[in-house]
Amino acid sequence: MTSAEPDGAKVASVHRMLGLTDQEYDEVTGKLGREPNPTELAMFAAMWSEHCSYKSSRIHLRTLPTEGPQVLVGPGQDAGAVDLGDGMACVFKIESHSHPSAIEPFQGAATGVGGIVRDVLSMGARPVALLDPLRFGPLDGPTNRYLFGGVVAGIGGYGNSIGVPTVGGEVKFAPCHGPNPTVNVMCVGFARADRLLFSPGGRAGSVMVLIGASTGRDGIGGVSVLASRTLEEDAHRSRPSVQIGDPFAENVLIELCLELGDRRLLRGLQDLGGAGLTCAVSESTARAGLGADIDLDEVPLREPGMEPFEILTSESQERMLAIVDPENVVEVERICRKWGLSARLVAKLRGGGQLFVRHEGRLVARVPARALAEEAPVYERPMRRPAWLDRLREDDLVRAPLAIPVEDAFLAVLGSPGVASMRWVYEQYDSMVQGQTVLGPASGLSDAAVIRVDGTIKAVAISTDGNGRFGFLDPYLAGAHAVAESARNVAVVGARPLAVTNCLNFGNPERPEVMWAFSEAVRGMGDACRALGTPVTGGNVSFYNESGDSAVYPTPVVGMVGLIDDYRLLTRNGFTTSGLAVYLLGRTLPELGAGEFAEVVLGKVSGRPPVLDLEAEHRLHELLYECARQDLLASAHDCSDGGLAVALAESAMAGGVGVTVSLPDEGHPAHVALFSESASRAVVAARPGREDVLEQLAALGGVPLARVGVTGGSRIRFEGLFEVSLSDAVVVYEGAIPRLMGSRQLAG
Amino acid sequence: MKPRIGVASFPGSNDDRDALRAIRFMGAEPVSIWHADRDLNGADGVILPGGFSYGDYLRTGAIARFAPAMAAVREFAEEGRPVLGICNGFQILCEAGLLPGALVRNQGLAFVCRRIHIRAEDSSGNFTKFSAGEVLQIPVKHGEGRFVAPPNVLGRLDDGGRIAFRYCAPDGRLDHRFNPNGSSGDIAGIWNERGNVLGLMPHPEHAVDPDLGPTGGQQVLQWLLTAARHLARASAITAV
Repeated sequence: MTSAEPDGAKVASVHRMLGLTDQEYDEVTGKLGREPNPTELAMFAAMWSEHCSYKSSRIHLRTLPTEGPQVLVGPGQDAGAVDLGDGMACVFKIESHSHPSAIEPFQGAATGVGGIVRDVLSMGARPVALLDPLRFGPLDGPTNRYLFGGVVAGIGGYGNSIGVPTVGGEVKFAPCHGPNPTVNVMCVGFARADRLLFSPGGRAGSVMVLIGASTGRDGIGGVSVLASRTLEEDAHRSRPSVQIGDPFAENVLIELCLELGDRRLLRGLQDLGGAGLTCAVSESTARAGLGADIDLDEVPLREPGMEPFEILTSESQERMLAIVDPENVVEVERICRKWGLSARLVAKLRGGGQLFVRHEGRLVARVPARALAEEAPVYERPMRRPAWLDRLREDDLVRAPLAIPVEDAFLAVLGSPGVASMRWVYEQYDSMVQGQTVLGPASGLSDAAVIRVDGTIKAVAISTDGNGRFGFLDPYLAGAHAVAESARNVAVVGARPLAVTNCLNFGNPERPEVMWAFSEAVRGMGDACRALGTPVTGGNVSFYNESGDSAVYPTPVVGMVGLIDDYRLLTRNGFTTSGLAVYLLGRTLPELGAGEFAEVVLGKVSGRPPVLDLEAEHRLHELLYECARQDLLASAHDCSDGGLAVALAESAMAGGVGVTVSLPDEGHPAHVALFSESASRAVVAARPGREDVLEQLAALGGVPLARVGVTGGSRIRFEGLFEVSLSDAVVVYEGAIPRLMGSRQLAG
Repeated sequence: MKPRIGVASFPGSNDDRDALRAIRFMGAEPVSIWHADRDLNGADGVILPGGFSYGDYLRTGAIARFAPAMAAVREFAEEGRPVLGICNGFQILCEAGLLPGALVRNQGLAFVCRRIHIRAEDSSGNFTKFSAGEVLQIPVKHGEGRFVAPPNVLGRLDDGGRIAFRYCAPDGRLDHRFNPNGSSGDIAGIWNERGNVLGLMPHPEHAVDPDLGPTGGQQVLQWLLTAARHLARASAITAV
């Protein structure tokens, strides 16, 4: 049988419908030494899609730093992992699910959560936290409100039900995201380092057990049709390509897989996500240098008459592929029965590197696993710096006159959707389940979420950051700032930044301007990661985020994890007592370019993003870490979107105590000092009596420090400029999103 | 003597492990109860935890009430022994008829996760009386937590001192703006007639560890521990 050629007729131009170019089709023919049959062609189309193969991004991603003593698992696995010490590992990854969410926001976002959770699970880790960086069009448009509301409900609906807390993320709005919302999801998991499941996990003779939901026609073509093309006018017709989530099945699947891992029954565990069974089998066998016999008749189906290609590329959710030694199959099946999930032996690993796929007794495909998983073409796509960029960047916003009182500008920025409280979002997420959330949305605004390692005093701080305006005006700086800001957010709570995962959201890579922005963003990210000692352990590229002439801002998003040795020493960001000296760490330059103030008050998305001195940034992180260790700070808060004015107001609102501020005279107009988004800054309040130590440490560490005010009262006062009562500020800050969404607001 | 507190695990229960941890934190002995077993594992008190049992795709708690473990819980409750239903557990108790009323979709039509305040009412369960008027800070996290019941049932709960907790302002005032789900009479938790079954939407198991936030849940769990200890002792004496 194995020597026979698979059945099937020659395929003419079907490959184009499946998303392969003529040249790629010829390459497939070359790999096989013959023309592929339709089943084989569908497998190649899925695995060689941009989404699965990274064919346009690979040469750029190779430049990122991926190594460090803390890295246990780098890129190339389902998720990366870093060492937390004491035998514990932190597994984490971020992914996008933007295209499905644009078409069906609830299910698109829900299944995005499901997919990233299974990636972390497949490393043998318990998923312990989720974070969701999101981008939408402005909320004055009804479609944008529908997408925003649907995505948030979908994330909550799925995440709450599977019992993994959603503890952070960010939401930003820009017109370019109207037709192309960006939905990124990060998952973090914990595992015993010696129990991590690495791929390759199998050996010849190991079997593959398909666990979980049955396989249906949902999600066919998800990676090739949906994720690897731009969305056209008739995008709603792709709705059948969006998968439907069943969080209950995922919930049970998580517990089941963790039990299989605890009982040491697994050689490997592979998630069935994009490209379904084809991806799971080909990746795991290719990594092991093996092949497999695959029996499609063993796959439980939702409906009769499914074609082999449908079974092979279905993206039905809540399925995992367990790689198991034959002697353990009976025990695996018993545990699956206990949890009420199906377990079917669908494949057996074999030497030789070929995948033999059988259906109804016939050989329907014979393909080298490596050709599918590792030998997709790699493109060096043409790049061109956009001609319009310089004109926009030269806009000198610092000289632009301020037409409204500075107090009004402050309230406008504080209540702008890019700055205002996202409580409307976070309250729809269960941020407490699992009982380890030390800092999360329920404890108020925080720079980073903090999750305790159960039964220890260690904790992991997590932040996701990205700035689309920066990406639009300087993608290199956007990449670098995303790393710097996420590291700063983690450092602000007292953690040492460890490593990053990245999600790169861009337009069509076949356009040279998009590709240029992509390569710049990756270059910036790489430089920042090297300078801050935080390697990249994996991530995801999302291209084709455009429709018509409108592409999303180049949006590199970073998910950072940091380690806190003793969570009882973490630093919160609210002013909770009066009489504390408030300091600004870092230097403020006249930088309004690409900022919140420029867009909200001046109506401009132009100018240059703030410069980034990576060494100064690193010094700030070291200082913040040391301050936490010595318990010098009553509060610390990152100073970024909306500048110093917003950072001070947020600390006051978070702790419920006002502040009186005298701006240091650095020769800038007041509004520049208030709203400049200069990097590498933080607002801190010293513990009483520890001011001298803080000042000395800052001087020693080479971090500029200025005493800017004192806490107390119930007003935010900028001396000589204006003052706002805390309660008025809260109304503006908390009320912005509920007002736009027309929702009832709870008190308290 | 440490009371043994059993925590039921249905498929889809999420807060079962958190309840086990909270019980340990409170100094009692936690044990697991598997939904498919009729065996309560020697428990002196039982928690039906939060989560989404069986996905809650039908009505919340509507399928869990048929689990074999629930038959045992019913007998246990009918013996007058203490049962605490939290969130999904409260919903299951209502579906099982061990508590009156029902929990329906939040008034705001959205899931809500936040720290809120509840006020202990003038009511008592077996062996414990919460101090009336005391305000506890405790989180809620649910999409279907709006307690509803016919007027005569609400009247009976009120008259019989069976309303355990109401949502309130931080100072204890009743104010519908602090009611997170639109519950009738701001009701957050109720007793059965005998005072041995308590159901509430807020999550006491998520409010015991001061390192994680407010500790308003300790008192609620303390009722369960006290009742379990008394009844365990009583049954030990009877056995002798």
